[in-house]
Amino acid sequence: MKIEEIIDVLRGQFSELSFELLENSTPGGIIIPLNGMVDVMQFLHSDERCYFDMLSCVTGVDNGPEENSMELVYNLYSIPYDTHLAIKVSVPRQKPMVESLVAIWKTADWQEREVYDMYGIDFLGHPDLRRILMPADWEGFPLRKDYKEQKYYRGMEVKY
Amino acid sequence: MANQVQYIFDDQNLNKSEPQKLDAKDLKRDEMIVNIGPQHPSTHGVLRLEVVTSGEQIVEVVPHLGYLHRCFEKHAENLPYNQSLPFVDRMDYLAAMNTEHAFVMGVERMLGIEKEIPKRVEYIRVLVAELNRLASHFLALGSYGMDIGAVTAFFWMMRDREHILRMLEWVSGARMLYNYIWVGGLFYDLPVGFEERCSEFVKYLKPKLQELERVVINNSIFVNRTANIGVLPLDLAINYGITGPMLRGSGLKFDLRKVDAYSVYPEIDFDVPVGEGKMGQLGDCWDRTWVRVQECYESLRIIEQSIEKLTKEHKRDRDFDPRAKVPKKIRPKAQELYVRAENPKGETGFYFKADGKSDIPFRCKARGASFVNLSIINELAKGGLIADLVAVIGSIDIVLGEVDR
Amino acid sequence: MGLLDQKLGQGGIVISKLEDLINWARLSSMWPMGFGTACCAIEFMSALSTPYDLDRLGVIPRASPRQSDVMIVAGTVTFKMADRVRRLYEQMAEPRYVISMGSCSNCGGPYWEHGYHVVKGVDRIIPVDVYVPGCPPRPEALIGGLIKLQDKIRSETIVAPKAVEKLLAESED
Repeated sequence: MKIEEIIDVLRGQFSELSFELLENSTPGGIIIPLNGMVDVMQFLHSDERCYFDMLSCVTGVDNGPEENSMELVYNLYSIPYDTHLAIKVSVPRQKPMVESLVAIWKTADWQEREVYDMYGIDFLGHPDLRRILMPADWEGFPLRKDYKEQKYYRGMEVKY
Repeated sequence: MANQVQYIFDDQNLNKSEPQKLDAKDLKRDEMIVNIGPQHPSTHGVLRLEVVTSGEQIVEVVPHLGYLHRCFEKHAENLPYNQSLPFVDRMDYLAAMNTEHAFVMGVERMLGIEKEIPKRVEYIRVLVAELNRLASHFLALGSYGMDIGAVTAFFWMMRDREHILRMLEWVSGARMLYNYIWVGGLFYDLPVGFEERCSEFVKYLKPKLQELERVVINNSIFVNRTANIGVLPLDLAINYGITGPMLRGSGLKFDLRKVDAYSVYPEIDFDVPVGEGKMGQLGDCWDRTWVRVQECYESLRIIEQSIEKLTKEHKRDRDFDPRAKVPKKIRPKAQELYVRAENPKGETGFYFKADGKSDIPFRCKARGASFVNLSIINELAKGGLIADLVAVIGSIDIVLGEVDR
Repeated sequence: MGLLDQKLGQGGIVISKLEDLINWARLSSMWPMGFGTACCAIEFMSALSTPYDLDRLGVIPRASPRQSDVMIVAGTVTFKMADRVRRLYEQMAEPRYVISMGSCSNCGGPYWEHGYHVVKGVDRIIPVDVYVPGCPPRPEALIGGLIKLQDKIRSETIVAPKAVEKLLAESED
């Protein structure tokens, strides 16, 4: 299915939500609103016309303190139909909260933990949201644009 | 000149930096928590497993990662695209050429020069990528044999890996971390005499692979330790995002070299081996190991065909410059891109976001195959014995550089 | 005639200093604890197998820190791993030595600039005896580092520290 057909199907199914085409994206992408995201993802996962059964990658993007927003990009892939899809969700930067997709794709478990670790985005409904790559007593979320490293950790200097 | 020891020791340090998830008070009767810590000769790198066992049988496995987190994404956000290539190498350090190939393909696709790369460059890229796939599988099979107890497999595979590493050193200058595949071309052309040496190596290797199959893979002790262990059903595998030999060992014929058909793989004739459940259930450890051995044979076929193309149609030429298409300034337009390639471990993906204003990516995320593959360890090891846990980890074939990036 | 035959030819007695004997015994059988973190660990494993055999130098990798003499820190040390490195070093029994293999454990390596989670040199955690540069160092370079450690062990004494202490104590009075 092409990207325009997918948008039409989604608009038909969820008439109260607004979908936009994501510009300049390879593969084709859709911007979906924050509320109702789980229903849209569940539909994309289980509907026979699109059947996106593999969640390849969950990415967090920080647009910086001036634009004051963070984004989450989900890259989906459908093995039977050989289609890629990128879904983008925009999150406010002050208290970023998103619903978790662990119930649909189990691979989202660790990938969302990594996004939480690096950006501080909270995932509601996640079974076990802890830091995964950084130590548990690290201060700050490293991949944010305004991140400053702490000076000392266990007495050792963090910078060179 | 030397640094001074600055570390401050505290008794609670270990617990503060990575606390245990499970508490000893919540255990049932006869259960215990065993910590297979980050330093252990059996784990393939610094992986910590917290195992709850009831006697010898495993109840739950909780992996703890992050002991090798080297901040690749932060480096990629501060360095130009071509300067972050050495860091891409060091993510999956056993298959550096394949990871470089994926990264470079993504940048070339963003710049729009993917179709203009000369054919000779593409064939050389495929040749070194397949050699590196062989080297990675050799280390996987060798260390798997050593974990199971067949130490002979380790020494034989390391000997064959040395030949490949020497050839790659002849091509690129380094044994393991090459920085050879550049955006838009290569670092240098192949040295004179490389094609003959490579053909000799292919002729030398085939009987060695058959010997490995006879002595190790079809050995009754190896079969007893790996068949029917860690059975992975196909729908669970797809839900967990598993790719690579693990997915093919569960019966699905899915190889990104055939599905995405990138680079010059459509012009090369090779098969995709799929697990068949020969020695036990479909999708057990033996199947995954068998798929890896068969992939070695297929890689040899690809290497033979590439050498033939490189000596006949796209012969070496005095005027050929592998750096002809390397752009002086890599400044892609504002866009987002997800590119993926077939690493020996699975699907290595890169997500780029370029803002069109500079030659530094706004965001570069690396999707590591081993990171996603490792998340299934709890499902596979539950209910087995501790020795089976070792067999399962070896068959997942993780490399911690890719898990932690 | 071999060296030992020459020495033992006259009655089977070899005369040597006790220090030389102890140092020779220690340097000929350095047993490293396999502490490989990253890519350098793979080169360490290559050095252990053919053709750069380390067993001819008496080097056998041991799993436990209690049974090993030398700790070869091969690979990047991160802040999460720092606690464990220190604990393993404290668990080794004296005499113990540390070889820092590779750029990452010498000084932080290629990750020195933006690596927020990388310890800039393992000598911020434990004292190091020999540094082996390279990224990753060739197996021959690691063997060179082990031979340099052997030279360092050869020049150790068991008596002199006490004499120096006495001299210093006398000069203070």
